Amino acid sequence: MKRYTLLLLSVLLVLGLLLSACAKATPTAAPQPEKTEQPQATEAPATEVQPAKEIVFYNWSEYIDPEIYTLFEKETGIKVVEDNFSSNEELLAKLQGGATGYALIVPSDYTVKIMIDQNMLAPLDQDKIPNLKNLAERFRNLYYDPGNKYCIPYQWGTTGIGYLDGQVDKPESWSVLFDPDPNAPYYGRMTMLDDAREAFAAALIYLGYDANTTDEKQLEEAKQALIRAKAALSGYDSDTYEDLLASGENLMAHGWNGDFLQAQEENENIAYTIPKEGGVIWVDNVCIPATVTPEQKLAAEMFLDFILRPDIGAMISEFNYYATPNKAAEANLDADFLNDPAVYPPQKVLDRLQFIKPVGDAEANYQRMWDEVKAAP
Amino acid sequence: MKKLLTLLRKRPSFQAWLLLLPSAFWLFVFFIAPLFIVLIYSFLERGTYGGVQWHFTLENYRRTFDPLYFKTFGRSFYIAIVTTIATLLIGYPLAYYIASRPAKRRGTLVLALMIPFWTNFLVRTYAWLTLLRTHTGLINVTLMSLGWIQKPLPLFGNDFAIIVGLVYGWLPDMVLPIYAALDRLDHSLLEAASDLYASGPNVFRRIVWPLSLPGVVAGSMLVFIPSLGAFVTPAILGGGKTLMIGNIISNQFLAAHDWPFGSALSFVMMAVMLAATLIYFRATSDEERRQL
Repeated sequence: MKRYTLLLLSVLLVLGLLLSACAKATPTAAPQPEKTEQPQATEAPATEVQPAKEIVFYNWSEYIDPEIYTLFEKETGIKVVEDNFSSNEELLAKLQGGATGYALIVPSDYTVKIMIDQNMLAPLDQDKIPNLKNLAERFRNLYYDPGNKYCIPYQWGTTGIGYLDGQVDKPESWSVLFDPDPNAPYYGRMTMLDDAREAFAAALIYLGYDANTTDEKQLEEAKQALIRAKAALSGYDSDTYEDLLASGENLMAHGWNGDFLQAQEENENIAYTIPKEGGVIWVDNVCIPATVTPEQKLAAEMFLDFILRPDIGAMISEFNYYATPNKAAEANLDADFLNDPAVYPPQKVLDRLQFIKPVGDAEANYQRMWDEVKAAP
Repeated sequence: MKKLLTLLRKRPSFQAWLLLLPSAFWLFVFFIAPLFIVLIYSFLERGTYGGVQWHFTLENYRRTFDPLYFKTFGRSFYIAIVTTIATLLIGYPLAYYIASRPAKRRGTLVLALMIPFWTNFLVRTYAWLTLLRTHTGLINVTLMSLGWIQKPLPLFGNDFAIIVGLVYGWLPDMVLPIYAALDRLDHSLLEAASDLYASGPNVFRRIVWPLSLPGVVAGSMLVFIPSLGAFVTPAILGGGKTLMIGNIISNQFLAAHDWPFGSALSFVMMAVMLAATLIYFRATSDEERRQL
């Protein structure tokens, strides 16, 4: 999921944020499309909105088969251009900085919640998305967007540990990271995600706490566990960790299931597991930012309907190795894929998975403690 | 229109102002105005999920003195200084070598120095990754297969890797000003020194080095400042395990949703760099700077 276009962007981004702060001085810009959408729906015959000829899809890198764009363009004449981000925080910061022009974005669950609360998303016109019926029942009323008013679940997955089978034993517990054995072969050859919330979630789950705790004592304990883990890490990496595992540079990595499965193409010894204490479950969603024009929104909704088709839904999973929330697409997928516990964990594992959720003002605590972990010797 | 033209002819200073207008406009829109926004933001409170709340506070500046961030400043300083010294040690002989070649070859050598730097900085940093990786890097793999070392050397994910990346990245910025200073060196001075029986080391110590000093200072500034603010190199070659001040600042915007604190840190860093620049101006005379 989270491969990337690079840090260099962030320099430009920071600059962009500052510059666009001027543009933000016209506060009417953002909510406008929503308002204009309403009357257009009623007086539709008079001023029929034509879909935009080209839309920009702001997505995680290597998360969609580019062939899908070609098929979509052939069918509708609408060109989809892709741009990439590498973390939810980056996506949020960029949109808050006033970035416009994106017709589709892919925030994860907790970021959807934040964006809805901040009025950053345009409500979907569900009549334009008849294929919504293909969505599995359990993805229709998720905590962050009940009734799919704003977003369509895109793919879902888990965060656990990937390892090189044969070179290290299967990690049964998160203790391999948080109470590492200095004599183990994996010592110094592991990475953790460079992501404050994911890292803390892993430590909190190991300690038996809620992954979204705001209790300072528990966070402090988690911080200590993360500092213990740091000694055994070769680095923090959210972007190339699966490649480093495939090349044999590292033997173990904290990461997202589909990334490891993708890397199996390079090294078949890569395996993925969720330790006995549990792990993180997440759902990525395709949403429409509030800043779109009605023309872009219509084109975006056509694209949403397109990717909800059973054949296209299957193409997405075949490309990125993540589980699909598209029930109808499952008929087009291999039984091997559907039965792979690394993609579709059995119920008893699912029960031990937790969502990362927005924590409000405690967010600052998480980030500050994460800096302390990063600065620790 | 005619009036304007006569005015311009009569008052040459008007011409100058008019010519300045485009660059002044550019500077204002892309430098002064954003800087001003950063300054204002640094006195505001953070919004929970990014943005700012319009309440005045000095808290952000107080937080920059937090031991955690203070330590990070210290660490960034250490890395930037070591980088500057290493760049100088490598860059000075190189500049001297180029400057002492026949005029015809100097251009070629300077070009050769620059060519690798036409490649994107990130690509070059990733290239170092291939060399420095602990277990699959070219250096360790070669040394191990030759049997020269039993255990891989710790080349990656530490300060060493960061400094290597920075030295490599900023080397031309050190070489070029020193080369410029040495290039202008009046060779009759060297001959005079030799005529007066000065030994080689003495000629260098008492003539070449002092005359090239403005180039050394300028080069050191050009290396020190970007090294202090580096954030890509520590993230890639440092394995993200070493936090430099540039990482903290970029994190405030991209991860922590704390724009005001990021702005305050940027301003403190600018103050530090301004101080470094002032030291540079103190250390060199107007005359010397004009030569560069």
